[in-house]
Amino acid sequence: MNDVDRTEPNGQTAPTDAEDVDALTTCRFVLNGDPVEVATRPSRTLLELLRYDLDLYGTKQGCDKGDCGACTVLIDGQPTLSCLTLALACEGRRVESVESLRAGAHTSPLLDAFDRHGAGQCGFCTPGMLMIGKALLTDDPEPTRERVRLAISGNLCRCTGYGAIVDAIEEASRGGARPPVPDEAHAPLPLPPYGER
Amino acid sequence: MSTGHIGQRGRRGDLARKALGQVRFTDDIALPRMLHAKIVRSTHAHARIVGIDASRALALPGVVAVITGRDLPGRFGILPWTPDEHALAVEVARFVGDGVAAVAAVDERTAHAAAGLVDVRYEPLDAAVTLDDAVGKPHVGLSAKGRDNVSKRVDLAFGDVDAALASSPIVVDSTYWFHGTAHAPIETHCAVAEYGADGVLTVWATTQVPHYLHRELSRVLGLSPAHIRVVQPPLGGAFGGKSEPFGHEIVCAKLAIATGRPVKILLSREEEFYVHRGRHPMRMKMRVGAKDDGTLTSVDVETQIDGGAYSSFGLVTTYYSGQLLTLPTAAPTYRFESTRYFTNKPPCGPKRGHGSVQPRFALEVALDKIAVRLGIDPIELRRRNAVGPETQTINGMRVTSNGYLECLARVEAASGWKERRGKLGHGQGLGIASSAYISGTNYPIYPNEMPQSAVMLKVDRSGLVTVFSGASEIGQGSDTMLRTIVAEELGLDLGSVRAVSGDSDTCPVDLGAYSSRGTFMNGNACSHAARQIKEKLVQAVAEKFGVSAETVFVSRGFLCVRGQEERAVATDEAMRIAEARFGTLGATGWYKSPPKLGGDYRGGTIGASPAYSFTAHVAEVEVDEETGFVNVVRVWCAHDCGRALCPTLVEGQIEGSVYMGIAELLLEEHATHPSGVHLGPNLLDYRIPTALDSPEIEALMIESNDPEGPYGAKEAGEGPLHSSIPAVANAVFDAVGVRIDELPMRPERVLAALRQRRI
Repeated sequence: MNDVDRTEPNGQTAPTDAEDVDALTTCRFVLNGDPVEVATRPSRTLLELLRYDLDLYGTKQGCDKGDCGACTVLIDGQPTLSCLTLALACEGRRVESVESLRAGAHTSPLLDAFDRHGAGQCGFCTPGMLMIGKALLTDDPEPTRERVRLAISGNLCRCTGYGAIVDAIEEASRGGARPPVPDEAHAPLPLPPYGER
Repeated sequence: MSTGHIGQRGRRGDLARKALGQVRFTDDIALPRMLHAKIVRSTHAHARIVGIDASRALALPGVVAVITGRDLPGRFGILPWTPDEHALAVEVARFVGDGVAAVAAVDERTAHAAAGLVDVRYEPLDAAVTLDDAVGKPHVGLSAKGRDNVSKRVDLAFGDVDAALASSPIVVDSTYWFHGTAHAPIETHCAVAEYGADGVLTVWATTQVPHYLHRELSRVLGLSPAHIRVVQPPLGGAFGGKSEPFGHEIVCAKLAIATGRPVKILLSREEEFYVHRGRHPMRMKMRVGAKDDGTLTSVDVETQIDGGAYSSFGLVTTYYSGQLLTLPTAAPTYRFESTRYFTNKPPCGPKRGHGSVQPRFALEVALDKIAVRLGIDPIELRRRNAVGPETQTINGMRVTSNGYLECLARVEAASGWKERRGKLGHGQGLGIASSAYISGTNYPIYPNEMPQSAVMLKVDRSGLVTVFSGASEIGQGSDTMLRTIVAEELGLDLGSVRAVSGDSDTCPVDLGAYSSRGTFMNGNACSHAARQIKEKLVQAVAEKFGVSAETVFVSRGFLCVRGQEERAVATDEAMRIAEARFGTLGATGWYKSPPKLGGDYRGGTIGASPAYSFTAHVAEVEVDEETGFVNVVRVWCAHDCGRALCPTLVEGQIEGSVYMGIAELLLEEHATHPSGVHLGPNLLDYRIPTALDSPEIEALMIESNDPEGPYGAKEAGEGPLHSSIPAVANAVFDAVGVRIDELPMRPERVLAALRQRRI
């Protein structure tokens, strides 16, 4: 046992058998652009950490087994299933959750496109779909329809039949680097002239 | 005069808040000192519970309480006639996964560990796991009286079926097998309960039927319903799988009362398959007779239904397995005999298109067989047998608007049916099928004369209107539908109308999101309320200008005097004038279905609806004859929704329905081993289609303007599922010339059929 290197990637030393293997451990990473430092148990998944410790309820648990994709977040830009990722594995990395799609009073064009196309109904798979969409458009700003279908094929949606989701991602891609959509987008339509009412 | 909201494309209005975690789903609720509960589930298909020893669990640090069935002895069930469930099994566990005890602990992990430390001693009993077991082993005695395994039998005949079949030149006689499927919403069941120091129990639950949950909580817990508050947060999908009260919801409430602390119970994906209530497996022996010109003479069907361990909606399911086959096409004589059996499996219940999806598959395939035998275009065959508008079906259902022929015409044109059928390449084919469905059941689940839907409107002097509604927002967009109606009536922008729904303390009763009743019933209730407010605004503005109320009209953002449009008042100002004139503004609106719809016979009320939707599907498939793989390339679905109040939402319902139907045809089967053990209670083994498995879907909305629907609207949530399944089955026949009357059409089944064809 003594020969084994017990140094973990985060530089800390793994506990010996006599110690509490699930003792609170400090973890530092960048979450949606802000540095965080949390004490968590090594058995905690990133999904649990986000939802139950950091109150970021956007990320959803659908299966807790890596089958449905609802919990998808980005780690260093790569789509990752947060239900299968231990929180401590994020040490020193850049994590983006769905909450990154809104800043101040602006919503990302991708989320806006989802809203307009009816790409979410119950909204439960939507956070995962959005994160996949974000990663895809970063990698390929103008993906083909087939590429979009392939990209989201690890994420299950039970409401839409996927067509509207593909439409929304396609539209967001054509917009390229469009600016975030301000809330005025929800303003009423201009009135028609009196004579036409 | 319209203010332009009805039929306008737009945002749902809640998606961004949902996606960003600002809307709290049930599992997003966290209360101070909240405990987490887990349920100990039976490892036997059928067993007597000899003893439960919780001492090891209670000794685990962090465990607060353990309860068993003895703590919750009352029976409950969604239908008042068949309350046969216990929150936790009392003496006998009836399927692998049946709850027998529950544990509450300081966190989820501890609760899970403790559940594994509860020692349950079972005495295994003989089990009836399959439908054949249920028929052949009556001594297992799963029925209420224990004499056999029969849950419900229905035998109804309309006209002389035997004579009609005897004189028919063509009779197609086949047996169809529709194996059961699960709803598999992405959000699993969850409940949170809190028992306040004021003696009020609050339960937040993933339910489509908060009102029925309210009633059953009261019944089992022995609390006055006035001391219970049920809140239904938005749901992460439901599809019928959350449309009855569940044992775990009652357990959660009981633990909250017992411990004095809030309790949450979140079911795992595995447990979701045990809680089930999915589509009933049905074995249907169907005979359909026709004359040489394709006119139908008779439909005769005998059905065995696999109900699983409990009644659920089974009484109604058994009627639905026959009652809805007399639309949109019909024969002059009709008979069905359906028997639902109990089996030692997770209980079946209503899944999107409750009870009528399975027989629809059988009938539409039978119609295709007749068309092929007679050499008649199957669309033409359906036209010849169509039931028209403003009529009554042979089993007594009143039909008002009917856009069925237009549905057929639209899919025929859109798919290029006439030009392309029979001219596609090798292994490719086109298929047609059609169906009809209810827009709400005409009668509530427990007989009463009160409204089935209601809303209350609160008009604020800021210009905001809030709709309080008992309607259950389950992802279908009922909140958006209600906001659209208020905005339409009062000329407001959608941002000035907010919806509060699904809270028994603040909202009037609605019976729930089932039987496709939301838009028709809640929509009517909402427009009833909004029109009362509109009347007051109009009168107040008329008085202000000294003109008659008839000359004042509502336009977008203003109330104007006709012919003198410079005399206009902004809507929010009109609200203030009206509040000064009439006092605080509010209104209640409600909907009660027409009295006495349906046939004048026992069960004649089941299937009765104030309006029916109609649907036609054309599917295009490619079948790989080497691998047996069926690829659904494209589906055209025309659906008569009466009027599309929110077209984006209606299209969403059509596309989602088609997807779900095709999933049932291609992949899905809720299967158990003969021992009763589930064959794959997870989303890897129970495969639901991904974006790569799903076809491009063309949703075509047909608007027949129903005379009683709100603005002419009917349902769109379930009807468009039905005929997607037989349309694909008929396309497979068109492609490769084999009939596969057993679902799902997995490659091995297709290959076996192809091999048989070659012999």
